[in-house]
Amino acid sequence: MLQEEIIKKLPYDAPFLFVDNIIHVSEDCIKGDYTLKQSEYFYKGHFRDNPITPGVILTEIMAQIGVACLGIFLFRNELDNQTIGVAMSNTNIDFYKPVLPSEKVFVVSEKEYFRFNKLKCKVSMYNEKDVVVAKGTISGMVKPWNA
Amino acid sequence: MTQEELLSKLKTIVEPYVQNQEEFQKLSGDTDFINDLDINSANLVDVILDVEDEFGIEIDNDGMEKMLTVSASIDVILEKLAAK
Repeated sequence: MLQEEIIKKLPYDAPFLFVDNIIHVSEDCIKGDYTLKQSEYFYKGHFRDNPITPGVILTEIMAQIGVACLGIFLFRNELDNQTIGVAMSNTNIDFYKPVLPSEKVFVVSEKEYFRFNKLKCKVSMYNEKDVVVAKGTISGMVKPWNA
Repeated sequence: MTQEELLSKLKTIVEPYVQNQEEFQKLSGDTDFINDLDINSANLVDVILDVEDEFGIEIDNDGMEKMLTVSASIDVILEKLAAK
């Protein structure tokens, strides 16, 4: 499956699509990136006159690349015209560094298990200096879905 | 392993995921994990994985689909233990 095809299968759209590229994907891990735009809607209020990417958005970027994109890849042989339905079920993330507008972040996700449609992953986010920005585990229920 | 020992092990596995303690206190064979104990579908997967580890068995999709209540789960576990 081509890496662009994975992104096309994602059920998200602007202003809530947070995947630019899939750099690498296999049965066990995935790596992708996203560049935060100056114009992202949440910078207007987080924080007033001091834009910093909210932790929930960093978590979402990690989940979209680390769980949703990997889930699409794992289901690649079962999806025809279908997309996938994703429901995040658990997150446990520590945050280490702030991410500012126009920064590019890289997400690396390693599959812990994929059983009975539940995908649990160890997910890390790095900035362009290769410094860890956030790290933890994310789980979600993933299944083929007729949009 | 007696039925009581099995039930006691299953209760220990299920307890961390239970949202409805009142129903858990009066747990019986008919107790439904999702509808009575308010366990979500993601945590039900954790219950199944913990059952696999505890009893050294492998649950397949058919088994998983049956394991919605306490008594149905005990049946599946006994069946898999017997097949070991």
